[in-house]
Amino acid sequence: MIPLGHYLIVSALLFAIGTAGVFLRRNLITILLSIEIMLNAVNLSFVAFGRFKGDLDGQIITFFVMTVAAAEAAVGLALVIALFRHKESLNPDAFTSLKW
Amino acid sequence: MAETVTFYLLAGLAIVASVLVIGQRNPMYSVLLLIASFAALAGLYIQLDAYFVAVAQIIIYAGAIMVLFLFVVMLLNAPQEDAAEWDRLHPLRRPGVARFGATLAVLLVVQLVWALTRIAEYDAAVGGQAAGAAVGSVREMGRVLFQRHGFAFEATSILILVAMVGAVVLARKEGPDA
Repeated sequence: MIPLGHYLIVSALLFAIGTAGVFLRRNLITILLSIEIMLNAVNLSFVAFGRFKGDLDGQIITFFVMTVAAAEAAVGLALVIALFRHKESLNPDAFTSLKW
Repeated sequence: MAETVTFYLLAGLAIVASVLVIGQRNPMYSVLLLIASFAALAGLYIQLDAYFVAVAQIIIYAGAIMVLFLFVVMLLNAPQEDAAEWDRLHPLRRPGVARFGATLAVLLVVQLVWALTRIAEYDAAVGGQAAGAAVGSVREMGRVLFQRHGFAFEATSILILVAMVGAVVLARKEGPDA
């Protein structure tokens, strides 16, 4: 039997990797991918907690997270396409026109 | 025993693939590696008796969302991360600042793991509890989803509609001929 803590540590490591990706990478697509890693890390702890408690709520909320992730990916990629059309670049630091 | 080996194999695969995702300069490889990471996570879900979530993970994440990402990467045809002159001279890229940020990130991981190892349920085995059959059954899941979470389910459909309209509006070409 795997202890609950090991699932949570895997989840924490994946979440930290996703956070590091958001801060370190200079590419909008990789940043979106890092957000997906973070969402998946949280899904893993939801499912592990749900199995630990022996009910289905953990799996149900995982479905809602997946739906939100799909919506977020669609809108995020549409934004990336619109920004790329504007500046011909995927570097987040290229979009500074809202800075004063 | 086999269960333990499978767990560490899948967990290691998920973590290594995720590290490589953010270590790649080519977004194409990043997307493909992320699919491997999601497949490993689906294996972990199967080990947790969440069969339907595992299948949904493969179909929705590895199938739909990652194909969408691949499509955009190919469409934009910008394989390499561009490191322009002004970007390399960016104040946040100075070595001292970068080292400070890396220290903070490592500190966050250490703190998280330390906090997790101190919770009371750390060594409680997952999957030993009763109701193992009910947790894996799709019938039971459908009942809970539509009876107890009906409102959230309907709200989800509005969310998807809004996202769909938003994506079309954002990605549309501007101008009189649009």
